[in-house]
Parts: sequence; C-alpha cells; structure tokens
Amino acid sequence: MVEYIFYALSVICIACALLVVFSKNPIHSVLYLILTFFAIAGHYVLLNAQFLAVVHIIVYAGAIMVLFLFVIMLLNLNAETEPHKNMITKIMATVSGGLLLVTLVGSFRAAGQVEMVRLDNSNIGTIENLGKVLFNDFLLPFEISSVLFLSAMIGAVILGKKQLS
Amino acid sequence: MGIELLIFKSILVMVIFTITLTIAAYSTYGERKIAAFLQDRIGPNRSGPFGIFQPVADGGKMFLKEEIIPADASAFLFVLGPSLAMLTALMTGVVIPWGDTLTLNGVEYSLQITDLNIGVLYIFGVVSFGVYGIMIGGWSSNNKFSLLGAIRASAQMISYELAMGLSIVALIMTTGTLSIKEIVDQQATWHWNILYQPLGFLIFMICAFAECNRAPFDLAECETELVGGYHTEYSSMKLGFYLFAEYINMFISSALMASLYFGGYNFPFMNSLGLDQNWVTILGSVVFFGKVFFFIFFFMWIRWTIPRFRYDQLMRLGWQSLIPLAILNILLTGIFTMREELKNWLFN
Repeated sequence: MVEYIFYALSVICIACALLVVFSKNPIHSVLYLILTFFAIAGHYVLLNAQFLAVVHIIVYAGAIMVLFLFVIMLLNLNAETEPHKNMITKIMATVSGGLLLVTLVGSFRAAGQVEMVRLDNSNIGTIENLGKVLFNDFLLPFEISSVLFLSAMIGAVILGKKQLS
Repeated sequence: MGIELLIFKSILVMVIFTITLTIAAYSTYGERKIAAFLQDRIGPNRSGPFGIFQPVADGGKMFLKEEIIPADASAFLFVLGPSLAMLTALMTGVVIPWGDTLTLNGVEYSLQITDLNIGVLYIFGVVSFGVYGIMIGGWSSNNKFSLLGAIRASAQMISYELAMGLSIVALIMTTGTLSIKEIVDQQATWHWNILYQPLGFLIFMICAFAECNRAPFDLAECETELVGGYHTEYSSMKLGFYLFAEYINMFISSALMASLYFGGYNFPFMNSLGLDQNWVTILGSVVFFGKVFFFIFFFMWIRWTIPRFRYDQLMRLGWQSLIPLAILNILLTGIFTMREELKNWLFN
C-alpha cells in the first residue's frame, strides 16, 4: 500500500516538476510548482514526519508561492512580453546544463551505497520528538539559523523603507 | 480499523458536511434578518413564513442564472478558482471536535472525524492554501478590478495569518499540545482558555475576521472602489461558491474560536448532572453549537456596526498593532509559565 502511494506521489512530483519547466505560461508554472510541493509533502507524511509536511505546505505552498504568484500576476508576464534571448545565450545555457548533468552523473556513480538505517522509534518525526532533538542535540545550529532569519528580516525591512535617512 | 468505525466515520462526515452547508445557507438568511433588525427594517419575508425559505430561493436563483466565462479568460483556471475556495473552506471541518465520545453497543466513537496530533497546524495549512482560490479566480477573470481585488485579498490574508499564528503560539505554550481534541479536553467544565489567554483571543478573533474577508475587513470586494472585487466577472453558481465559501469559513472559524478558547463541548457542571455519558455528549454538542451560533451572530453584529477600514489603516493595524501585541502576549505567557523558575533565579 505504502509502496503504491510512494510511486504515485513520485510520478506526480516528477511530472509536475517537468511541467514547471515546460509550461509556456509562468502562472501555470507556479501552479505546477505548488502541486510539486504537495507531492513532496506527501512523501514527508509517508516518512511519518507530519510536522515537516505541514510546515512545508504552510511555508512553501502557503507563503512563498503566494508571493511568487503575486509578482507574476502584477507583472502580467506572457508569451508576447517574454524577452527573447539571442543564439549565444541559448548555446551557453545548453552547454552549461549539459556540464551540470555530467557532474551529477559522475558524482552519483562515485557515491558509495549507503547502509539503510532502521529507526527503533517510528515516531521520530512527530513535533514532540523534533522539539526535543532541536533543543537538546542541535541547539547551537538551531539558534544560529534563527539569527540568520533575524538578519534576513532586518535586511527586508531596510530594503522596504522608501528613503534611508 | 473495524468496519463499524468506518461506517460511523462515513456517516459522521456526511452529517458534518450537511450541517456545514445548512448552517452556511441559513447564515445568509440570518445575516439579512440581523442586518434588517439593526437597521430597523423587516428583512426578507416573502418566501415562506418569516421568509424562512429565502436561502432555497437564493440557491435556486443562483443555479438558474446564465453562466458566463469571459472571452479572454483561462477557462480551466476560471472554474478552478471557486472550486478551490469551496474545497479549502470544507476541508477544515475534519479536525474540529464536534462532541465528546458516544458509546454505542459498548464501543466508543469520537464525534471528531480525525484527531491529528498537529490539528492546529493542519488548519493553518489549509487556511494559507485558501488564498489561491481568490488569487486564481481574480487573475483568470482577465479584469483589472478582479486582479486588484484578488491582490488586496491575498495581501490582507498573508498579513493577518502572521498575527493569527503568533496568537496561537501563546495558546500552545499554555496547552502544550497541537491536537485540538486535547486542547478541548484540557478545558473541562469551566477552565476555558479565554480566562488564561484574553489578549490572545482578541488578536485571534480580529485576525479571523480578516481571514474571512468580513467587514470591517472586506476591502477585497469593496464596491465603491473595485466594482465587485475578485468575483466581478463571476456569475451563476460559481459566484455562489465564492459567497458560500465565505459563510462556511465564518462557521468554521466560529467553531475554531469556540473550541480553542471557549471550551468546545465543555460546559460548567457537566460532570455533576448525574447523567449518562451519552447524554452529556449530546448536551455538550448542543452547547458547542450554541457557542458557534453566538460567534456567527457576533460576526454579523460587527459587520453591520463598524464601517470598512481604509487599506493603509488595515495594513497598519495588522503589522504595527496586532503583531507586536501578539509577540508581547507570547512574552507574558512565557514569563507566567516560568514564574516559579524566575522567582528562584531572581531571589536566590
């Protein structure tokens, strides 16, 4: 049962991710990206990490993609107003994409087989356990990332101010 | 899961679905009657005694109107918009505990469709997704007024989601759980969370008004500036879906306020009545719906009393008043929770 759901979610995820790239209309791309996020959230639920799944949906599908959609709707991008790149740019993009593919294939070939770990506690992804782990074992990285968030917030406020006096 | 449980849950889903739609339909009637009462008018009184069949007549009218899809609109997205609005409105009802447990033939059945251990976050997930219904509908109408209305609505919803989340954080600090069922059970008899979180409740309620796009926060469909807002181009039942989703959202947020802050199905002296557990459960559900109806009435009362905000006032209230207040509330709750430790630390 779980295996079928896994494959169904993976197919949805990859298909939507491809449609994000291939859609002509940027609004459709954004909507497919939201579907991709939902499929990924489904994978988190399969791993028994409901908290991560819901936070993923709230933060990515609910907040970041809304802002994306916002900007694209206001700019009203469509096929006619799309800037046309010249030939050299297209060739360079293809070459660099191909090089990235070669690097990825090479690194995957060189990577060793990872031993699968079976956890004793299947509730490791629940919010209680996650909170305990974050505040006991990973307190310093957690605090450092919160400082990072704070600095990002201050940066956004400064950029949002009309004039700096 | 036993087959009986499956059947029970299916029936429960159907019952909740029907109740939600009925209450939403009769909220439109209630809204018009209350508006009439507040403005010293009579209100709808033509169809049936006291105009009681008005929602049926309105629904029939919606179905019979011509359906129009604007020429340059993206037809699929144009239909998707109201569908998403309705879907997200109906999805939140599953985690709300409509009552305690019923014992039938020696088996206990919970009157909650599913008890997620992250119930509060689930609701936030669905609410944050609710913006898409409005945005997609407004954009795909291919109309400047619709687009402006949609952008206003989504900016407002994102802004007030923040303060709403922060006010809930303080509540979670006192309850220590995200499961709505556990939060309700902790408020047994009269230990309602409103007594511990009055400021949090006030912030939550204001944000719930804004999230439902209700007056005084109904800038998304401000007639004097935007024709009809994001649903200017909609007609027939697709418009009906948008209007209906608003009433369902109002019902669900009333249920949420009742269960998070006003004890849900708990009422004072519930354990000293000497009644059978099943009767206490049924009475509790009746009390719960009573609280929900009170909040729905409160929503309407506010709508017909307070005029609409200006857009900059709305944003200032959200960002400069509610969010700092919510953070202050978290701080105060933290100090109150750790008061023993703080006393030891300060005076030793």
